[in-house]
Amino acid sequence: MSDVKKFLYVNRKAPYGTIYALESLEVVLIGAAFEQDVSLAFLDDGVFQLTKGQNTDGIGIKNFSPTFRALGDFEVTKLYVEKDSLEERGLSPDDLQEIMYEDEDDDWEEKPSIRLVSRAEMADVMADQDVVLSF
Amino acid sequence: MKIGVVVSEGPYTHQAADTAYHFVKAALDGGHEVPRVFFYHDGVNVSTRLSVPPQDERHIQNNWTNLAKEHDIDLVVCIAAAQRRGLLDENEANRQGKDANNIADGFRISGLGQLIEMGIQTDRLVTFGD
Repeated sequence: MSDVKKFLYVNRKAPYGTIYALESLEVVLIGAAFEQDVSLAFLDDGVFQLTKGQNTDGIGIKNFSPTFRALGDFEVTKLYVEKDSLEERGLSPDDLQEIMYEDEDDDWEEKPSIRLVSRAEMADVMADQDVVLSF
Repeated sequence: MKIGVVVSEGPYTHQAADTAYHFVKAALDGGHEVPRVFFYHDGVNVSTRLSVPPQDERHIQNNWTNLAKEHDIDLVVCIAAAQRRGLLDENEANRQGKDANNIADGFRISGLGQLIEMGIQTDRLVTFGD
């Protein structure tokens, strides 16, 4: 496949309660094999997907949040998180998991995948894409 | 223009499958191409051939089957989403040891790669969902 497109997966919903977050992640993992330029966006309740210390024992549903930490191995290294959405929900960046990737262009240095952006910057990220899939 | 379409909500509960159907018809009438429609999340439920709505209501699954036949549209149902929700074609039913299958004519079950491929190969990707 010669043409590389910019794919953005927009995550707007909480991790549990509905299946959107899990099935979004499944698309991201499959899509990684197509060697496109992939970014993820987390806004609205979607920011809860990245919180640390998730425990789903009480609801009998698989906790899939550790999978986010493996995204770097799939060369998915751009996770844009909207600061405004965090603040509106009483969350801070410290409430999120540490998600790292190894930068092959910088001697495999470990770098954070999460990039905090304002609502206006998120609009710019979206405007820059070829394909936007919203979940 | 080549347009790819995603349907991500279930029939009757949500209008997404209806709106997508009318959109595809309008796009084709307008001279555009719609090579594929991808059904994901509860959208996979559109593909059951066991749907029997009251006679004075639209038949969403039949509408899609007929439109696909008429315009040679590839209706793809995500296999992972379909299996969770009890939608199996004959091959999968046999493979999983199930006693029935329920995929309607004109739909085929395949992987999420078909969604990504559609995004790469079309000029626009339009999602109908919540």
